[in-house]
Amino acid sequence: MLELKGLSYGVEETGAKLDILQNIDLTIADNKLVVITGPNGGGKTTLAKSVMGLVQPTAGQILWNGEDITHLSITERAKRGISYGFQQPPRFKGLRVRDLLELASGNRKLTRDECCSYLNRVGLCAADYVDRDVDASLSGGEVKRIEIATILARPEGGLLIFDEPEAGIDLWSFAKLTETFRMLHDRGNVTILIISHQERIIDLADEIVMISGGQVVRHGPKEDLMVHILMETGGIGGTCDFLQPQNCAEEKEG
Amino acid sequence: MAKNKVDINLLREIADLEGTPKGAYNIRKNGKLDSRASTANIEIVTKEDKPGIDIHIKDGTVRQSVHIPVIITEAGLDEVVYNDFFIGKDCDVVIVAGCGIHNDGSDKSQHDGVHTFYVGENSKVHYVEKHYGEGEGTGERIMNPETVVYLDKGASIQLDTTQIRGVDSTKRYTKVVVKDGGEAVINEKLLTHDRQHATSEMDIILAGPDSKGRVISRSVAQDTSQQVFYPRMIGDAAGFGHVQCDSILMGQAKIQSIPAITANHPDAQLIHEAAIGRIAGDQILKLMTLGLTEEEAEEEILNGFLR
Repeated sequence: MLELKGLSYGVEETGAKLDILQNIDLTIADNKLVVITGPNGGGKTTLAKSVMGLVQPTAGQILWNGEDITHLSITERAKRGISYGFQQPPRFKGLRVRDLLELASGNRKLTRDECCSYLNRVGLCAADYVDRDVDASLSGGEVKRIEIATILARPEGGLLIFDEPEAGIDLWSFAKLTETFRMLHDRGNVTILIISHQERIIDLADEIVMISGGQVVRHGPKEDLMVHILMETGGIGGTCDFLQPQNCAEEKEG
Repeated sequence: MAKNKVDINLLREIADLEGTPKGAYNIRKNGKLDSRASTANIEIVTKEDKPGIDIHIKDGTVRQSVHIPVIITEAGLDEVVYNDFFIGKDCDVVIVAGCGIHNDGSDKSQHDGVHTFYVGENSKVHYVEKHYGEGEGTGERIMNPETVVYLDKGASIQLDTTQIRGVDSTKRYTKVVVKDGGEAVINEKLLTHDRQHATSEMDIILAGPDSKGRVISRSVAQDTSQQVFYPRMIGDAAGFGHVQCDSILMGQAKIQSIPAITANHPDAQLIHEAAIGRIAGDQILKLMTLGLTEEEAEEEILNGFLR
């Protein structure tokens, strides 16, 4: 279980204090798939980064499986099963796709088949990629999918955080990706936290957390929150096809 | 044949040798011949006018190798050795050179290897050279290799040179002259630390039409070490040349990278790229999120970069 208690993060900017996260209380139960959504600049990525240790909160506590991890290093959190898929993953001159998958899995002798299975799950034709460097020769979408594959290769039973996994990924690979998230969730034994604005990813969620202005403005089961999101956005992505048309109409009228 | 642990370790480091090499070989230890074998196609003979050997490889020799490692375990040894390779037409051979110095003394040990290759028409050569130093002494370990290659029409060479740790001072000079349809590929890898100095100068001369030259230099400078790179690609004909130098800076190290491209022919096509910088912070963070410590992440990045 992941628990955030009174989590705050602020920065000083030209003398003025800017609150990025304000006193956030949030509990995410084991094996749930939770989507964090909300307007740009609302604090979603900062929240996710503070769970991984990439951002150190200015106040509050983070508990993972009952342990206070607020002051643990990134490495120590990773060893406790927390993983983070970057929105804009770095490139490496000299590190191959295979190297990243092996480091992620903790197994320095992954077979070619094992590497391929992770890559296939993000829609990459594995044989073409396993021995390639993760460098500037790869497109943004390719690097992003390799990034997600490294998270899939992490040992089972942890917390997987994905920051906008859909960004930069083509429609065909995106369909594969949503299918992979669904399978991962159905198989259980893993808690998944995804920052996303995509209807098809939000549709996978057990729960939705809406963050705006550094605060949790709504948190609840997908079924309950979807209508609120639609009301506030006029349909995510300008459409509400994914909901029953009558629900959409009723809510707008109501 | 070298037998003690120091010798065995040096030979493993520089030539991946665990025992007697297959094929032709010449092992030089502390300024003298240690052991040698020629084969039907590859003859190794001692030079008469100066220290060193001549290696003659017959026309049409394919899938054969020559190992010519040099090891120095005595402090105070200072030598210049000349090795000339005469490679016939239509060959495909691997040549493994390299020098390992183990210096436990207070005097410097120095090996300056001057290698000259005459590569016949349509022959293909893969030359692998590793430089390595170790030992507890305060004596400097110095290596100043000079490699000069003349490629005949359609001939190609791949030069893989590696110097990872342990060599206090090195001045490397490489020159390759590429004739019609020939190709030279130079992969240079270098890691310096403490107060070490390394300088690498190169002249790649594209002398004939359709000649190609490619230099891929990757280096890491740690602590207060210093490196200078001066790869020069000269297009005297309608050839294609590419120079790429990437360096990682660590500690208070200093690196100067000065790639130069010169077109003396209107159809020469030449490109150079050079980059120097510290390891990117987001690379370290990414590997830490996979469970590596900061030090482990740095090591993985360096190992990959210099692979």
